Amino acid sequence: MRLTYPPNVKIVKVPCTGRVDIIHMLKAFENGADGVFVAGCLEGECHFLKGNLRAKKRVAQTKALLDECGIGGDRIAMYNLSSAQGQRFAEISREMTEKVRQLGPNPARKGRAKAA
Amino acid sequence: MIVANRKPFEEIVELVKAYKSILLLGCNECVTVCAAGGAKEVAVLASELRMHREKEGQPIEVKEHVLERNCDPEYVVSLAPIIGDAEAILSMACGCGIQFVGEHYRQMRVLPAVNTTFDGVAEEQGVWAERCLGCGNCILDKTLGVCPVTRCAKSLFNGPCGGSHGGKCEVSDETPCGWQLIVDRYKEMNMLDKYMEIQPLKNWSTSRDGGPRKRVREDLKL
Repeated sequence: MRLTYPPNVKIVKVPCTGRVDIIHMLKAFENGADGVFVAGCLEGECHFLKGNLRAKKRVAQTKALLDECGIGGDRIAMYNLSSAQGQRFAEISREMTEKVRQLGPNPARKGRAKAA
Repeated sequence: MIVANRKPFEEIVELVKAYKSILLLGCNECVTVCAAGGAKEVAVLASELRMHREKEGQPIEVKEHVLERNCDPEYVVSLAPIIGDAEAILSMACGCGIQFVGEHYRQMRVLPAVNTTFDGVAEEQGVWAERCLGCGNCILDKTLGVCPVTRCAKSLFNGPCGGSHGGKCEVSDETPCGWQLIVDRYKEMNMLDKYMEIQPLKNWSTSRDGGPRKRVREDLKL
């Protein structure tokens, strides 16, 4: 398909979004990520039945945690798409990158406060 | 199990405001099962605290540790080398654990990160409810396994009060009337005649009214 998406998007592969825990998403931010999106299968089409629905709840919970600790819940999102939707993946990557760019850098990036 | 609830984040931030290095302590027992202070919750709170303080320009070192139990001396003494140069311990264990760790490390501030709430059960995944107040004189045989001390908001012993309506307690429409539950059990077991037995006044001296309680088994003492 030779699709392009922003080079700053780093992909962490998991067998199912049901494997993604709250701490995994928080660690991404703690380690300096400006934004995170979880790309799960389409709702109702999880091979493991509820993996993507569980991820959806965990993303919502992580959003709340990021809001309470001042990082901002807007920096995280969950998307649902099938593995055949490469076009959509590129589109989401661009959309999310643009959104995060507008929000600015992760305020908790180590050493950032010192440098400022 | 003992059920606890994490304190609001702002309150925790305020508690550790003065420190640059803390030990965040969890417990592998009840608070793990009720998802309030086990390894996962410790990791999440530690991460939140680090990010918050980094954002504020006042980084904090949060060391994470989870004890098998915070209420037994053999585990609590093992904390000594782990505390290291931490200025305070922020504990996600229940109130018993928080106090017990403080009793062993008298020079340390041991701060509570959870509110210990009740003794209860997991009614379903993610839902915990109170079942026992530890009154020290169990009468579950008389009420067929439904505790009037705990399940009735007024701890009544001889039937419901006038606030019982449609099987619910006047305290909240979400709360079933304890005595309705007991009567339902009597009916279920075809033992409604038990409802007519008058319970005498309860001796509350075995409960908290007698002050802090203690249990000793001489044969187990070393």
